[in-house]
Amino acid sequence: MNIWEIIIISLIKIVIVVIAMLLTVAYLVYFERKISAWVQNRVGPNRVGWLGLLQPFADVFKLLLKEDIVPTAANKPLHTLAPFIALFVAFSTYAIIPIGPPIELFGYKINLYMADVNIGILYVLALTSLGVYGITFAGWSSGSKYSLLGGIRSSAQMISYEVSMGFSIAGVILLSQSLSPVKIVESQYGWMWNAILQPIGFITFVVSAFAETNRLPFDLPEAEPELVGGYHTEYSSFKFAGFFLAEYANMIIASAMIVTLYLGGWQVPYIEKLGLSSTITTIIQIASYFIKSAAILFFFIWVRWSIPRFRYDQLMNIGWKIMFPLSLLNIIWVAFLIMILSL
Amino acid sequence: MPVKRRVKDLNLLQKLYIPEIAKGMALTLKNMFRPNVTLQYPEVKFEPPDSYRGRPVLVQENNGVERCVACGLCSRVCPALAIEVQASETELDKERYPVKFEINMLRCIFCGFCEEVCPEEAIVMSKDYELVFKNRDDAIFGKEKLLVQVEKLRDRLEFLRKFK
Repeated sequence: MNIWEIIIISLIKIVIVVIAMLLTVAYLVYFERKISAWVQNRVGPNRVGWLGLLQPFADVFKLLLKEDIVPTAANKPLHTLAPFIALFVAFSTYAIIPIGPPIELFGYKINLYMADVNIGILYVLALTSLGVYGITFAGWSSGSKYSLLGGIRSSAQMISYEVSMGFSIAGVILLSQSLSPVKIVESQYGWMWNAILQPIGFITFVVSAFAETNRLPFDLPEAEPELVGGYHTEYSSFKFAGFFLAEYANMIIASAMIVTLYLGGWQVPYIEKLGLSSTITTIIQIASYFIKSAAILFFFIWVRWSIPRFRYDQLMNIGWKIMFPLSLLNIIWVAFLIMILSL
Repeated sequence: MPVKRRVKDLNLLQKLYIPEIAKGMALTLKNMFRPNVTLQYPEVKFEPPDSYRGRPVLVQENNGVERCVACGLCSRVCPALAIEVQASETELDKERYPVKFEINMLRCIFCGFCEEVCPEEAIVMSKDYELVFKNRDDAIFGKEKLLVQVEKLRDRLEFLRKFK
């Protein structure tokens, strides 16, 4: 393949991923409202369009038409920059996640990920750390005490849970002997999904993913009774939409990471034994990735409406005194597994 | 002195927290499949029970004559001063009738005192709750807007006989 073909295929992939992410984020808001309504015995949005499916467009349209208010005491460049940092982080993490095995389309061999970075997982960790900046800038540059408190609490929470997240990822990397997500998915063949091999690591990673995305039960920084809006109190119109979308995009990224690292990515156990044609196998594998991702997103929404929120000191307690030792225990367990599996 | 074990102390399995979370989430999941209690207004309208105090209306007998004798008790007892009655003579047996009977719906507080004090069961609280006006003058209901046939108000009159 010459350079032009590579560039054009990559551009097409980028356009598809960006549009798919934007649509998924918008519809995730719709599904959150619908699922939260079902949990509470009510119906949720059903007036705008059939079954309320055009509701996200109504929401975005409303947010765009609002007046853009910036407080006088705000630091204008940082105030404007913060939501875009959060959005940038969320969208660029999707570059390395494989959604299926390599396919043959019109004679070109296309890989179903945008870039096979050798150190893909390190790239993801680096981007999540950059995401903390988005929230810190938002909290500090709003010029209000409560936003500052919300921003500080949120960034401290995200930094604390990155430790246990990193150690859980280290457990996965030890088993699959590679930092690239493509190879991690390929190493989880058969029944050997990492969720079954390393249950402690799975639990710590899922809990850390909840804390990283500021989702209940760890959403004290943006809880309304506590801090009004936390770090995004002083935002209105498009920038608020930016934070709003960034939170849901972070959720999509977290679920994509959980599926890639722990639930086998696009692998379906023992599908080659069925002997189907390779096109159908590929389609089933791609579909299984999306089904797993959707199940984890449903789990995120389900937990939000079931559990009360943690107080800030309880949150930090769990992050440092419970999750961190558990993830170290996970590393010991993985070392034990490697010893057994190589015998 | 060892610490006494209280009922609200968590046992070990509860302290692990994850089983409790799982129990809570099972309850939420069960609730997702229960039927919802939402009323799809305006396609389906709420039918209030007989004791509901809606908009006050004047009872009109089958021969087209209102029951009201314009005694003025409802006007005196109304806490919001919403009712205005003007009496006049008539040839029928009841000898008095209201030539002007106006309720200002913007003042009415739907308390039902007028219905309780009326000696003729001539004014009752109907089940009507949908009131929309486009300007202040439309909100002063005259006699023609307040008269309702007695057949439509049977359940309210039944309720009044039994309970009030």
